[in-house]
Amino acid sequence: MAKNSKVIKREEVVIRFSGDSGDGMQLTGTLFSDTAALFGNDLSTFPDYPAEIRAPQGTVGGVSGFQIHLGHSEINTPGDYADVLVAMNPAAIKANAIWVKPGGTIIFDKDNFTEKNIERAGYISDPIAEEKLENYNIIPAPISSMVREALKDFGLDPKSVLRTKNMFALGMVYWLFDRKLKYTEQYFDKKFANKPEIAEANKVALRKGYYYAETIEALNPVIIIEPAQIDPGIYRNICGNTATAWGFLAAAEKAGLKTFIGSYPITPATGILEEMALRKDLGVKSFQAEDEIAGICTALGASFAGYLAVTSTSGPGLALKSEAIGLAVMAELPVVIVDVQRGGPSTGLPTKTEQADLLQALYGRNGESPVVVIAASTPSNCFHYAFTAAKIAIEHMTPVILLTDGYLANGTEPWKIPEMKDLPEIKPPYAEKNDIPFLPYKRDCERLVRAWAVPGTPGLEHRIGGLEKTMKGTVSYIPENHEQMVRIRADKVARIADEIPDLAVWGESSGDLLLTGWGGSQGYLMTAANELREEGYKVSLVCFNFINPLPKNVREVFSKFTKIAVAELNLGQFADYLRIKYPEFDYHKINKVQGMPFTIKEIKENCIKILEDE
Amino acid sequence: MNNMEENRTLNYTPKDFKSDQEVRWCPGCGDHAVLSAVQKALSELGIPKEKFAFISGIGCSSRFPYYMDTYGFHSIHGRAAAIASGVKTANPELSVWNITGDGDALAIGGNHFIHAVRRNIDIKIILFNNEIYGLTKGQYSPTSEKGLVTKTSPFGTVEEPFSVGEMVIGAKGKFFARTYDSNVALSTQIFSEAAKHKGTSVVEVLQNCVIFNDGIHDVVTGREVRDDRTIVLKDGQPMLFGKNNDKGLVLEGLKLKVVRLGENGVTEKDILVHDSHEPNPGIQYMLANMRYPDYPVALGIIRSVEGHTYEADVEEQIEKIQKKAKIRCMDDLLKSGSTWKVE
Repeated sequence: MAKNSKVIKREEVVIRFSGDSGDGMQLTGTLFSDTAALFGNDLSTFPDYPAEIRAPQGTVGGVSGFQIHLGHSEINTPGDYADVLVAMNPAAIKANAIWVKPGGTIIFDKDNFTEKNIERAGYISDPIAEEKLENYNIIPAPISSMVREALKDFGLDPKSVLRTKNMFALGMVYWLFDRKLKYTEQYFDKKFANKPEIAEANKVALRKGYYYAETIEALNPVIIIEPAQIDPGIYRNICGNTATAWGFLAAAEKAGLKTFIGSYPITPATGILEEMALRKDLGVKSFQAEDEIAGICTALGASFAGYLAVTSTSGPGLALKSEAIGLAVMAELPVVIVDVQRGGPSTGLPTKTEQADLLQALYGRNGESPVVVIAASTPSNCFHYAFTAAKIAIEHMTPVILLTDGYLANGTEPWKIPEMKDLPEIKPPYAEKNDIPFLPYKRDCERLVRAWAVPGTPGLEHRIGGLEKTMKGTVSYIPENHEQMVRIRADKVARIADEIPDLAVWGESSGDLLLTGWGGSQGYLMTAANELREEGYKVSLVCFNFINPLPKNVREVFSKFTKIAVAELNLGQFADYLRIKYPEFDYHKINKVQGMPFTIKEIKENCIKILEDE
Repeated sequence: MNNMEENRTLNYTPKDFKSDQEVRWCPGCGDHAVLSAVQKALSELGIPKEKFAFISGIGCSSRFPYYMDTYGFHSIHGRAAAIASGVKTANPELSVWNITGDGDALAIGGNHFIHAVRRNIDIKIILFNNEIYGLTKGQYSPTSEKGLVTKTSPFGTVEEPFSVGEMVIGAKGKFFARTYDSNVALSTQIFSEAAKHKGTSVVEVLQNCVIFNDGIHDVVTGREVRDDRTIVLKDGQPMLFGKNNDKGLVLEGLKLKVVRLGENGVTEKDILVHDSHEPNPGIQYMLANMRYPDYPVALGIIRSVEGHTYEADVEEQIEKIQKKAKIRCMDDLLKSGSTWKVE
C-alpha cells in the first residue's frame, strides 16, 4: 500500500464508531483497538449500547457506539469528545453530534441518509445543516453502494453484502490514522475459516474503504500517533468483567482452592459468569441459578464445602442477595459478591454506568451486618481487586462486596500480564485436624478470624447458621452474648484495615484542593487533576479502592489540603460516608447521574469553581 | 463412598448421630420421631459420619441440624435447597440432606425446591408437612386444606393447597416417597432408600404439630383408621390395603378405583402391582395424589427412577474438557489469545 506522504504527529486521538445496534459497531471498534494496541499505543475503550438487542432500526434509541481513545502518552479514559465520528445512519449523528470536537471529522454513509431515515432520526431534511456541522470535516461516503459494487460478483445475498459496511468504514479510518490492515485481515481468516467467501468479502470491503479514503484524501494531513512509552512486558487487551473473573481464578490457584460461581444473568455483570463458565479447563464449577438468591445461596453452600465461592450481579441482584449476605456475615463464611453497578433505582438504566450502589453495599442488610467493600477503578485492575477481595474473604472468613460498574465491565485497556509467582500468597485459615471438639466460633486473638472446618474432615463435625451463637456454636439468646458477638464481628472487619495499603496521593501531598473519588471514576479524575496541575492549580487526587474498612491514613491525607471535593456518579453517597467517618472535614460534592462517566471538562469546571468560591 | 483407605469400621448406633444439644421441639411434636428415624437410618448406611451435611431453612423442622452430630448449616427461610445444591455440586462425595417444611420448601422456597428437583441434584429432601406455620404460631401454609381456619384465615382459606408429590413429578422429579411421623420403622426404611437413590429424593413426612394443627393427619394416620385409609406401596406387590388386606386399587378407564377382593368377581390378579421404577409417571402421579375419603393415602416409595445427576454431569464435563485443554493453569490462561510484547 502506498505510504501517505502528508502526515502529522499527534499525542492522542478519540474515535467513535456509531450506528444501528445491528451495524456491527462493537466489532468494528474492537478490531480498531486491537490494531492500535498491537501497534503499541496506549488506549482505553468504551462501548455504549442500548438495552434493547435490536431497537427499531434507524431510531436514536437504537444507536450503538464504541469509543476508542489512543495515544502516544498514558491514556486513562475513553475520552470525552471525538476527533472522528463514524456515523452509519442519521440517528448516529443525532446521538453523537454534541460529542464531536468542534471542527472534527465526521464520516457517514450517505446512502443511508434517506428521507425515511432522516425523519426517523428526528431531522427535517439535512442533519449536517440542522446540527450546524458545516464547518466540520464532513465526509459523505456512499458506503452502501460501494460495498454493493465491490461485492457484486461474490454471489452473496444482499443482507450479507450490506453487513460488510462496517468494514468499509473501518478501512477508511485505518487510512486516516495510517494503520495496517493485517491484523484485521487475519481476524477474518480465522473467524470465517469455514466460510472463506465471507472472510474475503469483509477483507475486500476493508481494503475498498482504505483505498476510497486515500483516493478522496479524506483527511489531510493523515494523523500518526506514535507508540506509547510503556513498561516492557507482555500485554493483552482486557475488559473489566474478564479481568474480574480471572482475578478470582488466580486467587483460587494461589489459595489451593477450587472455584465455584453461582449467578443469575444480569446486565452488565453477565460477562463474569460467562467467562467463568468457559473455564472448565481450570475446573471452575459454574452454576446458573434459578434466581439471584439461589446464586449467592449456592455459592454459600460451596463455601461451606470448602470452595472459593463467588456470585456476580448488578444492583437489583445485590438487593435480592441481601439476606444471604447477612447469613454469610453470621456464619462467617468466605464469599465474594461482585456488584457491577448500573443506573438505578429499580431496573433503571441497565446498560449504563453509575456508582449509586455504594450505600446499598455498605448498609443494605438487616441488623449490624458489616462486610468488606472494595471498588476496582480501571478495567484491568478489576483483576487485582477481585484477587484481593477473594484473599480477604478467605483469610478473614467474611463476605466481601466488590464494586465495579458498567463502564469498567465493558471498557477495555491494554494490561501488562502478571506472573502468578509474583502474586501474594493466600492462606485459608483451616481448622487443625486435632482441634477436637471443634468450636466453630473460636477465633484467633489477633485478627478475630474463626477457623474453616470443611465437611468431609473427620472429627470436626459442627453446626453453623443464621441464629446467634456462642463460641461453641450453640444457639444463644443471652443478651450479653449477642452484643459481644455483634461487636466481635464488627471488630473483625475493622481490623482488616491493618492489611490494606495506605491511600496514595497523586500529585503534591498538600495543596489547595484534594480531588477525591472512588472506583470507576479514577481515570477521568486523574486526567482532570493532571490538566489542572498543568494549568497551575494546586490540585492533588486520591481515589479510594478500599471503602470498608477505609485505609488508616485518610485523616492524615485530608488534613493537608485546604479543600476537599468528592466526585462520584451518584448524589453524594461517598461524600456522606466520609462525613460520617471524618466529620472534621468539609466535603464539596461533584455529582453526575446521567448513566455516563464524567467528562474531564465538567470535573475541571467544578474544581475551579470550588477553588474560586470563598 | 470409598471407605477403604480410612480403614475404619463404621459400627454406628443412632446415638453416634446425636449432638450434645438439647432437643427443643414441643413435647409430643412429630419431629422427635423423624429425628430418631433419620439417626437410625444414617447409622446403618455405612457412610462415615463426617460425610454427612444437613442443611435446613427456617421453621420448626429446620432446627434439625443442631440435633445431629454431623456437619450442619441452619440457614435462612426457603433457601436450604439452593445452599444444599451448592454443597453437593462442590463436593459430590458428601451425603447432603435438606431438612425443610411445607412453608419453607413450597412457599418462600418454592422456586429453589422445584429447580433442585428439576436438576436432579443428589440431595435428600425431607419435607415435614404439618399443613401449618408452627414457628410463627399458627398461620395457614401452602399445603393447608382449603377452608382451614387459622390466625391469618379467620374465616377459612380460599386457596387451593399444593400436593407435594404432584409438584415433584411436575418438576421432573425422580424420587418421591411418603411416610408419617409416628411410623419410625417405615420412615427409617424410606430414608435409607432415599439416601441410596442417586438424584434428588423428596420424602414427604405427614407430621403432626401438637400445638397449632394437632391431629390434622389423624383422619388418615390415626391408630384406629390408618389400615383402611392408607396404603403402603411395595415394589412388585399388589396394591392391597385395609385391616384385612382385602381392599385394592385397580385402573378403571383413566382413573384409579378402590375395589374389594371377592366383590364383583375381583381377584388379587386384577389388582395393580406397584412399580416405582417405571419412568412414565402416570400411575405414580395418581398414587401420589390419592386423598381420603375417595382413596387411601399412599405411603412408601411412590416413584424411584434412575437418571443423570447434576453434580456428576458437571464433574464429567470438567473432566472431559480438562483432558484436551490447552489451558491448565492461570499462567496459561493469562498468556492465551492475543498478546503482544513491549520491549
